[in-house]
Amino acid sequence: MKLTLSSSPHLRTKRDTGQVMRLVLYAMLPGVACQLYFFGWGVMVQAIIALITAIATEAAILALRNKSVIRNLSDYSAVLTACLLAVSIPPTLPWWMTVIGTFFAIAIVKQLYGGLGYNLFNPAMIAYVVLLVSFPAAMTQWLPPVSLQATELNFADTLSLIFTGFSVDGMDITQVKTTIDGITSATPLDYVKTGLTQSQTYSELLNSGLFNSSVADSAAAGWSWVGLAYALGGLLLLRLKVISWHIPGSMVLSVIICALLMHLINPDIYASPLFHLLNGSVLFGAFFIATDPVSASTTQKGRLVFGAMIGFWIVIIRTFGGYPDAVAFAVIIMNMAVPLIDYYTRPRTYGYSRGKQ
Amino acid sequence: MFPEFEDVVSRLDKGQLATFPGGVHPQDHKALSNQTQIADLPLANEFVIPVRQHIGTDGALLVRVGDKVMKGQPLTQSNQPFSVPVHAPTSGVVTDITQHVTAHPSGLNELCVVLKADGQDIWAPLSPCDDYTALDKTALIEKLCDAGISGMGGAGFPTHIKASANNEVEFLIINGAECEPYITSDDRLMREHAESILTGIDILSYLLKPKCVVFAIEDNKPEALDAIRKQVVSRPHVRVVSIETKYPAGGEKQLIQVVTGREVPRKGLPLDIGVTMFNVGTCHAINDAISFGKPLIERIVTVTGKAVKRPGNYRTRLGTPVNHLLSQAGYLADKQKTPQVIMGGPMMGFTLNDAAVPVVKITNCLLVPETHELTQGEDERACIRCSACADACPATLLPQQLYWHSKAREYDKAQEYNLFDCIECGACAYVCPSEIPLVHYYRKAKADVRLELDEKAKSEKAKERFEARKARLEQEKAEREEKHRKAKEARLAAAEKPARKAADATADPAKDKVAAALARAKARKAAQAAQATGEKASAENAEATTADAPQATEKPAGNKKAAVAAAIARAKAKKAAQNAETAETPSDQVVTPADSPAPATAPANDRKAAVAAAVARAKAKKAAREAEQQSAPQSDSSAPATKPVEESEQAPAPESPDVSAEDSAAEAKKKRIAAAVAKAKAKKAQKENENKA
Repeated sequence: MKLTLSSSPHLRTKRDTGQVMRLVLYAMLPGVACQLYFFGWGVMVQAIIALITAIATEAAILALRNKSVIRNLSDYSAVLTACLLAVSIPPTLPWWMTVIGTFFAIAIVKQLYGGLGYNLFNPAMIAYVVLLVSFPAAMTQWLPPVSLQATELNFADTLSLIFTGFSVDGMDITQVKTTIDGITSATPLDYVKTGLTQSQTYSELLNSGLFNSSVADSAAAGWSWVGLAYALGGLLLLRLKVISWHIPGSMVLSVIICALLMHLINPDIYASPLFHLLNGSVLFGAFFIATDPVSASTTQKGRLVFGAMIGFWIVIIRTFGGYPDAVAFAVIIMNMAVPLIDYYTRPRTYGYSRGKQ
Repeated sequence: MFPEFEDVVSRLDKGQLATFPGGVHPQDHKALSNQTQIADLPLANEFVIPVRQHIGTDGALLVRVGDKVMKGQPLTQSNQPFSVPVHAPTSGVVTDITQHVTAHPSGLNELCVVLKADGQDIWAPLSPCDDYTALDKTALIEKLCDAGISGMGGAGFPTHIKASANNEVEFLIINGAECEPYITSDDRLMREHAESILTGIDILSYLLKPKCVVFAIEDNKPEALDAIRKQVVSRPHVRVVSIETKYPAGGEKQLIQVVTGREVPRKGLPLDIGVTMFNVGTCHAINDAISFGKPLIERIVTVTGKAVKRPGNYRTRLGTPVNHLLSQAGYLADKQKTPQVIMGGPMMGFTLNDAAVPVVKITNCLLVPETHELTQGEDERACIRCSACADACPATLLPQQLYWHSKAREYDKAQEYNLFDCIECGACAYVCPSEIPLVHYYRKAKADVRLELDEKAKSEKAKERFEARKARLEQEKAEREEKHRKAKEARLAAAEKPARKAADATADPAKDKVAAALARAKARKAAQAAQATGEKASAENAEATTADAPQATEKPAGNKKAAVAAAIARAKAKKAAQNAETAETPSDQVVTPADSPAPATAPANDRKAAVAAAVARAKAKKAAREAEQQSAPQSDSSAPATKPVEESEQAPAPESPDVSAEDSAAEAKKKRIAAAVAKAKAKKAQKENENKA
């Protein structure tokens, strides 16, 4: 009898890499739904553009590298990268920018470093930063929530805006952005940042413009709801044990602590922890970006350090840096520190003495 | 953070257990095989008994082919502390003693005794013992050893060694965890033979005098727990603890951690922290050996998996071929697309490459999975560094880093991440979403590192040997030089005496001429001597003429002899020259002129002397030319011909017959040197003559 040989263990869990990636994708759904609801069709169009680009790029490079295209595409990592990028960029970004960004993420950041598992940086975040640095104007053109939009954009308008730069009625992005009350819309982060530089106080800003009326409440609520929806998806991932609590936990806590300390020092110029938490992409970043296993720390202690430092950098860059949001920068900075963190946070192996006994 | 004995005991009494980090919860599939009673397996026709079934050394064979043996008769005997005997599993005839495929992950062949059963199954005389307390420790331990008992949980460590430990034992832990999925042999054993197991524990307690006995069973075996608890009512000192079902809780280090909260130090033994552990199967075997005098010739083997018709536990004689066991359990070949048999559990077991492999002392399970019952084949993908493996690792290693470095063959870095602390439990590979066979990578890395160390040790040894030799050679050289130096001093002293005498003697040119002629003659003689075959004798003649010739007798044989001869010739020439210079003819050298050629005896005539010198010069030139011609093509060959010192030490150089084997290169060299010396002498003599004239 000829017997087949194999190496132990002969038993494995059913969960494979593709499944992990798909679970993350599913967990994004509440957030994406919120974005669709509050900000219109843009995010969906961007997702489609990014998906097509990502899959085409990944397939082409896999073919060039003589790797099995279908097998590697089936790990869904390219799909996930595309989706993460699509929900991070302004929904009306011209299509070719999205294409460039996605191409950069897949080809340069991921495949040129050796493909899945070898990239030092989070592909979606590098792509985001590349776009932000290359096209700062376009990358900060955020639409106001649908409820505040003077002109309601339907699907055709959105498509037209993304592909031609004008809506079906011939309006460009700045016109579209104008809110019902005639103010050019900005994200709350942007608004506060601009206001603070014009030596208004934080409390004044919160009681003016965007935040003043029911309209403003709604605006703030629109962004905050998206963040909370992503947090919900993140909690689902925690529950399914796709991610561990270490990174999101320490990151959120760190944002709260850093912001609170500064807010206590001078509440006029430093925003409150809640403001930091519910605006911009802190919650999204905590559960979906910083937890990217490839580019994050792999030890438990290291993950705590990694998350906490991201939180720290977010508050610092938001407060003192030139850009309103800072999640991408913070994540990239900490991606660079991962080998160091991992090296110094190795757990004590069984049987080794604790400390210097 | 070392839990003290009292703390541990009080925690145990409160039912609080520690845990170990990581671990996984695979489906246990134990119900497949633990529903039926242990069945006696019918005897096979032929048994294959590997001589070594434990960790340690083989015992010495006691039987020969053709011998008739009884059931339980020892086939080998323990002649070293770490050897454990094996016994005949039934009565029959030894038909062969040969290399046979055995239960080994690499399918290696090992020395086995092949036994043809006679079907009688008659025991050899046994010596049961009703009261083990009547025996002293040594006798008991000897009995354990003679019964061939080694750890039956997996590692196969000789039990008598563990049981004879002199350290203070705080905790005697009985391992009934059986954490591997599918395996139920210990489960059934505990259910059906609780009394025997506990008697075994009593014997161990008697031997080891532990302060506390803990019987640990995973909580997925409630029937076994009940059975044992019933038995310990009469033994209140035994604490039965139900531990959380988590793989690999049955690993020795992990179970120690769960029960005591202590960790076995790196490269240490459980005894270092006052703990010793025995498997329930071993306890049962100990009882059999002591109370009934039965050696270890059978064990319980779980045969399970969906590709057998009657999964269950079988009381199996050691040496039973796996295929006999499979056919008795009803192997369903059509359920397996590719035949596969795993010895051990699905997590740490290994696939057999041949069903003729015999059951041995550590064989607890044969798993015969149907297609798709277990993970088939490898679908390895890139590591995404999710560190699910690190979360599962019971040794708190970083499997992703180990994998990374093992794959890249950066073994030094892998060791920096404590590669060798991996217990190969397979938890990491079990959870890996990229289906990377992590353990396989670690095994390979470990094997490579061991190989590397082996080679390093070997080369280190070689280096040591080389250095020792070098040192010895240098010392010998120094001694030799010292000797030479002394000889030279003696020579100089001898030469000085006549020089002083000569100081007041009147310089006589005629004497100079005589001296020159003498020198010439000597030089020529030396040249001739060197030329002759078997010439050491003649070389010695030449040497004999100078009492104080250098004692180069210790120089290595072979080529070096030539050099010696040349050196002698040179020395003589020098001496002659010295003598000539001092215009003195020492008596011992005057002896020789008789056999020196005509010109040497020529009267004191300047012109004649000049002629003679010219002739000598010409001759010398000729000799030099000849020597050059001879040596040119062979000069290289002399280099590698140096012989080991040991040899040259034994061979007294000058008399040695192999002197005759001097090669032509040496000869040529000698000749050339002699000629050069002669030439120089002649020149000098001439010059002196000229000066005087």
